[in-house]
Amino acid sequence: MNVKRFVWTAGLVASVRVIAGGGAAVAQTMVIRGGTILTVTNGTMVNGDILVEDGKIVEIGTNLSVPEGALVIDARGQFVMPGIIDAHSHIAAESINEGSVAVSSMTGIEDVLDPTDINIYRELAGGVTTSNILHGSANPIGGKNAVIKHRWGSDAEGLLFKGALPGIKFALGENPKRSRGGRRGVPRRYPATRMGVIDVIREAFTKARAYRKEWQDYEAQKAHGQADLVPPRRDFELEPLVEIMEGKRLVHAHCYRADEILQLLRVAEEFDFRIATLQHVLEGYKVAKEIAEHGAGASTFSDWWAYKMEAYDAIPYNAALMTEKGVLVSLNSDSAEEARHLNQEAAKTLKWGGLSEEQALALITINPAKQLRIDDRVGSIEVGKDADFAIFDTHPLSVYAVPQKTIVDGKVYFDREEDAERQKALVEERAELLEKLKPATEEKQ
Amino acid sequence: MKTNVLRLCIASALIAATSAAGERPKGPDRYAITGARIVTGSGQVIEQGTLVLEHGLITAVGASVEVPDGVWVIDGSGKVVYPGLVDALSDIALEKSEASGDAPFSRGPLDRPGTTSWAAAADALVLDDDRVEAWRNAGFTSTVSSPSTGIVSGQAAFLNLAGERDEDLVVATPVALRVNFEPNANRSFPGSLMGVLAYIRQVFADASHYRVSQTAYAREPRGKRRPRYDRALAPLAEAQVDGWPVLMPGHWEHEIERAVRLGREIGVRPVVYGLHEGHRAAEFLASENVAVLVSLKWPEADEDRDPEAEEPLRVLRMREQAPKTPAALAKAGVMFGFYSDGLESPKEIFASLRKAIDRGLTHESALHALTLGPATIFGVDDRLGSLEAGKIANVIVADGALFDEDTRIETVFVDGAKYEIRKSTDEGGAP
Repeated sequence: MNVKRFVWTAGLVASVRVIAGGGAAVAQTMVIRGGTILTVTNGTMVNGDILVEDGKIVEIGTNLSVPEGALVIDARGQFVMPGIIDAHSHIAAESINEGSVAVSSMTGIEDVLDPTDINIYRELAGGVTTSNILHGSANPIGGKNAVIKHRWGSDAEGLLFKGALPGIKFALGENPKRSRGGRRGVPRRYPATRMGVIDVIREAFTKARAYRKEWQDYEAQKAHGQADLVPPRRDFELEPLVEIMEGKRLVHAHCYRADEILQLLRVAEEFDFRIATLQHVLEGYKVAKEIAEHGAGASTFSDWWAYKMEAYDAIPYNAALMTEKGVLVSLNSDSAEEARHLNQEAAKTLKWGGLSEEQALALITINPAKQLRIDDRVGSIEVGKDADFAIFDTHPLSVYAVPQKTIVDGKVYFDREEDAERQKALVEERAELLEKLKPATEEKQ
Repeated sequence: MKTNVLRLCIASALIAATSAAGERPKGPDRYAITGARIVTGSGQVIEQGTLVLEHGLITAVGASVEVPDGVWVIDGSGKVVYPGLVDALSDIALEKSEASGDAPFSRGPLDRPGTTSWAAAADALVLDDDRVEAWRNAGFTSTVSSPSTGIVSGQAAFLNLAGERDEDLVVATPVALRVNFEPNANRSFPGSLMGVLAYIRQVFADASHYRVSQTAYAREPRGKRRPRYDRALAPLAEAQVDGWPVLMPGHWEHEIERAVRLGREIGVRPVVYGLHEGHRAAEFLASENVAVLVSLKWPEADEDRDPEAEEPLRVLRMREQAPKTPAALAKAGVMFGFYSDGLESPKEIFASLRKAIDRGLTHESALHALTLGPATIFGVDDRLGSLEAGKIANVIVADGALFDEDTRIETVFVDGAKYEIRKSTDEGGAP
């Protein structure tokens, strides 16, 4: 036998892969028939049809003809809304915080995605199709986030929302200033105060400016034909900060108090960039005008507060008040459980603040899509957009609404009836596996 | 010491076979094994053949080989001869790394946390390791031993498991660089998996930069600031340029893919070790042309787990299906080797191998993964791994088919030195 030596070409070998996932989703031409279509951006169409081809919405109308071989999904009596987008999630990742350093911008969620996390599927069962997986809030400047679609059964790379602008996590207040270390020879980590947090951010961007200059000088010298140049060392901590200053990376900043929010907006303006979203932002209602002027989005909770000091001065009118002042607002989960009923979270804004149904739905669809700069692809039911839908048995803002089917890229990833069957099969499989694994254990004893 | 000098045509009391690790058997170093079934490990099986070993090398193998004058002839009738086996990753014959207590505090990538890339296994050998003899008695003539702690542990060496002095063991060094994805224990940087991966990316980028800046400085030092010396980086740059296998961990399918992608990104040749769920990544590995090392420590339920808690289905699936990984890799054409991964005796290794065979692995593929497979992965297939003239005389003589439960390994040659194996005792002996 002739054993070939390895040929390796770093970075050049294309990745070819056979997906062997749990999901049996297949893209095909599809007509969603006769549902009440909540487009979010263009009103509601009763008894409407949606034609889907190659994962995209091709036509919306009444009595559309069904192409041959198309899958027909009977949505009569049901409600079809855009797939829900969760702007703040920590699922599907094998680590969340790199809390050892005050600036952990060299880290990224994309490196640690876990496509086997069952929460991807469980949230599909709540109508969620897109999630913004964020680094934790242990650092003034945290790690890079990853926007994913809930393509259950695909590999880590297949989860990524290709084309989404990259982002990064910042955090203010109690979490980043909480002292770490201080025992076993590990010194306490700076910062310990809110002013220290802002100092860390300012110092990091000052360094990033110098780093950018170093590279610009190098490129200029190279362009002048200077020989024997050694490029500067690449610094993966500072590169994302340069991208932020160049508008190529979005900042998602965890914050609570009005004062720290204003602090951050000013530092960003000092370095000539904008904060894409303020996350949690429970006191946002106090500085809504300033937030709107800066151009930041706000992603908050419906009515969850008082779980720590900085979360006491919150009110459930936050989302509505910020919306009124012209802030682009979304509601997020920050929790694998809450993500499964974001429709109910949105519904609360009808009571707290009197938002319209369409405004309420926008909080979990088109608004987070805009905040993540993916609204050309998702967030509403419009021709040309991705075929991402959540189909409910009744109006999704009703407390009785239960998701029946969830569709991503024109593929059915969750179907309540099929799920019931599959649950039974899984119970059987578990029993079989336990049986098979049993003798080995006994043998050992 | 009681020796077992049966089955020699020329019975001789001169052969003092010994089992002590540090002593080489005194005796001739020219042998011929005649009339044996010879499984060459390179695709050929000779039903009745002769193997000649002279001065540490295989000098002839075949069905009609003439026995040279003056060699010690061993009647191999009824015996099966195989190439010596390789444990493709271990810490056998390595000095125990000092229990250093807490890792030093690290503030970031420039502190080079968990990095001892300069540490070479070949420079820290100890013969005083019971496993040298135990493994050899079971037919393992070689092991790839590597420093194993921290993030970038150091340089692995390909060792033969016999010698009078430490240096005798080394067949080749360095043959690989071992990397782990373990966060810093004291929670200083990197304190998480993503921190570890980010650190690896940075330190290898620094290594490329180091090479470029050192080269430029050496060419013309005048007028330039001296680049900082960094002992952590030079071996990494070598690994990038010379294509050392860089060993990276991965059990789950997504961990395997992660390791391969990171390896590509940092400009090295990744070799993934672990592979419990490798049966799901076989096609991927084949398409990427990536070799792997399969742990023979099949996953078991955590003994300390909450007995009330249900194990996740994915964990049950992994535990049940792990032993079918080798067969799946062989079928997909993935190059792989086996490693003992902390198993305490060769007996356990062979029990694990039989599990893989029960799940579809052919004897031929199993042998390949214990011989020529790892030899190829570590770049020493030109000198060992199969029974071919000119190769190092690492040979085992068994009384039956290697993986059968009641087969006994009777004689082992390492570098041509002959070791008679006593009848196996229960613990740690031959399979």
